[in-house]
Amino acid sequence: MGYTCRTITYPREDALLTTSLAGVPLRNPLVLASGIIGTSATLLRRAATLGAGAVTAKSAGPVPRIGHVNPICFDWGEGLINAVGLPNPGAAHEAALLAEARELLQGSETALIASIFAGTPDEFAQSAETVLRAKPDILEVNISCPNVHDDFGEPFAASCAGAASVAAAVKPVCDAAGVPMFIKVAPNVPNIGRIAADAIAAGGVGITAINTMPGMVIDIESGRPILTNRSGGVSGPAIKPIAVRAIYEIRQTLPDVPIIGTGGVNTGADAIELLMAGATAVGVGSALYYRGLDAMTQIGEEMVAWMQAHGVRQLSEVQNRAHQ
Amino acid sequence: MPTNSLPRLIPRPEGAFAAAPRPVRIARIVQENYRIRSYLLAETMPHAYPGQFVMAWLPGIGEKPFSMAGNAPIKLTLAAVGKFSEAVHTLDEGETLWIRGPFGRGFSIEGERPLLVGGGYGAAPIAWLAETLWRRGKQPVVVLGGRTADDIFGTEPFDRMGIPVVVTTEDGSQGEAGRVTAPVERLLATEVADSLCAVGPHGMLKALEAAALAHRIPAQLSWEAFMGCAIGLCGMCEHEDGSLLCVEGPVLDVATRNEMR
Ligand SMILES: Cc1cc2nc3c(=O)[nH]c(=O)nc-3n(C[C@H](O)[C@H](O)[C@H](O)COP(=O)(O)OP(=O)(O)OC[C@H]3O[C@@H](n4cnc5c(N)ncnc54)[C@H](O)[C@@H]3O)c2cc1C
Ligand code: FES
Repeated sequence: MGYTCRTITYPREDALLTTSLAGVPLRNPLVLASGIIGTSATLLRRAATLGAGAVTAKSAGPVPRIGHVNPICFDWGEGLINAVGLPNPGAAHEAALLAEARELLQGSETALIASIFAGTPDEFAQSAETVLRAKPDILEVNISCPNVHDDFGEPFAASCAGAASVAAAVKPVCDAAGVPMFIKVAPNVPNIGRIAADAIAAGGVGITAINTMPGMVIDIESGRPILTNRSGGVSGPAIKPIAVRAIYEIRQTLPDVPIIGTGGVNTGADAIELLMAGATAVGVGSALYYRGLDAMTQIGEEMVAWMQAHGVRQLSEVQNRAHQ
Repeated sequence: MPTNSLPRLIPRPEGAFAAAPRPVRIARIVQENYRIRSYLLAETMPHAYPGQFVMAWLPGIGEKPFSMAGNAPIKLTLAAVGKFSEAVHTLDEGETLWIRGPFGRGFSIEGERPLLVGGGYGAAPIAWLAETLWRRGKQPVVVLGGRTADDIFGTEPFDRMGIPVVVTTEDGSQGEAGRVTAPVERLLATEVADSLCAVGPHGMLKALEAAALAHRIPAQLSWEAFMGCAIGLCGMCEHEDGSLLCVEGPVLDVATRNEMR
């Protein structure tokens, strides 16, 4: 390669940030969120070198998908909005990508999370079976993408029965592979705690909360929604309080279930806040825009500085604190 | 005490570098050649610099990246090659184009005698770069390449600044016959130039990368890729070396052997 090689230095192990997620040890609680640069094995490795404790690949479906036409994502001022439309190479190709990522992540002490979506519970199970051949550490089941309504109808995350039907279909596949299943839930429901509880009762091991919040931005000059898909998912600072409350409610309903809390985390303080709400680990996405590709390194440093300033020696001292 | 000892690998672009697409009036259109037009917009972007790009949106059509060919006023130079660029070519002066940006990292090379190479519409961003460097007291030399004389445009600004320009056409209808690589080799071998910057098609950049490595000179090349978000999130613009072109490029350094040692 002709270009300046980037030094691959893995962040120093620091006891302050170690945690575990459904039995998977993490060197730090920061999880690269699905859909954020997780489109190739090399980018997943870069996320690891840039500070992630775990990396989530882009969600894959049963068959290849092209995704929406641009504009698919932009900064509207107080947050981001996106409707990328789940472009992906299909589960079979995704399994190869994940296997390659596994190789590249060797020695990085970074966990690999596969992510799947589909239109029916059976297709979820098929996609799961295919991607689990690559032996990821965790499988995230995305039942909550807000941007593929035209193709897939109402997300399974919209109801207790929908969430449970997918969890029940995928459970035998995950059990056979020995891979814990996390269900990714949506914020725009009146009863996120009950939906999460039913997904767990049907076989889920953990919850990822939250997916982006449905929204729309209209250009008043043309009178048209800016995203080609018209509506999209809002992320970034705008949704942090929504995420905090959703995580809090899920933790109240499910005291012992691992939760990847995701939504608007830009700083170490944000990450601590989500942990206090009940998150076990913290997803990071839009921050790679707000703070640069090394956002997770910066957030990790800020968490450690905060913990030291407050005499906190391990994450368990802050996890769930808002419930005490 | 930071736990994570990683250096800050990726400096972010300067200034307010992104927002929603905003409407900007087209103040003037210049027909550069049979398929290329320049659009001068009724707005400036003082913090943008050569090599950066904007995302241009037309409601109902799409959104595509375009290199900036000027920032005061904003200038974009588009070849009509497909759905989006042809739609832009139907617009008249006074009509609206929506843009967001500037994005990415542009040229930052510090040579005294930079060799600037433009292929196709690349001549326009190269002209802005030449003017910028010339104003800083550098002595740029320019090579412009095209298939035939009809493809060559935009030599006047260089003439005005007294910047030497070598033109090449593959059929020999203007300037030297052949590709840009022959004059580039000559200018580098005779040390007329001490550094290299280029905007143009992939094949041209590949050849220039090899030339820069062979001559051990610092070089920066502006690469293209399909762009989605343009803000470093979607992963669609990953370059063959693993860079995300929208935030770490589109201008990438060619590592010289000296630097690699
Ligand atoms: C960082 C960056 C900067 C860019 N700067 C400019 C610029 O300054 N001016 C400019 O005109 N374009 C520029 N482009 C290319 C531009 O973004 C679009 O790709 C181009 O306008 C084609 O889009 P389209 O929708 O019109 O054509 P599409 O419908 O996407 O393509 C139609 C056909 O044209 C071919 N094609 C696509 N791009 C080119 C090309 N550049 N030359 C020849 N054939 C092509 C395709 O292979 C396809 O067959 C840039 C791209 C990037 C990534
Ligand atoms: S275009 Fe989305 S990461 Fe570069």
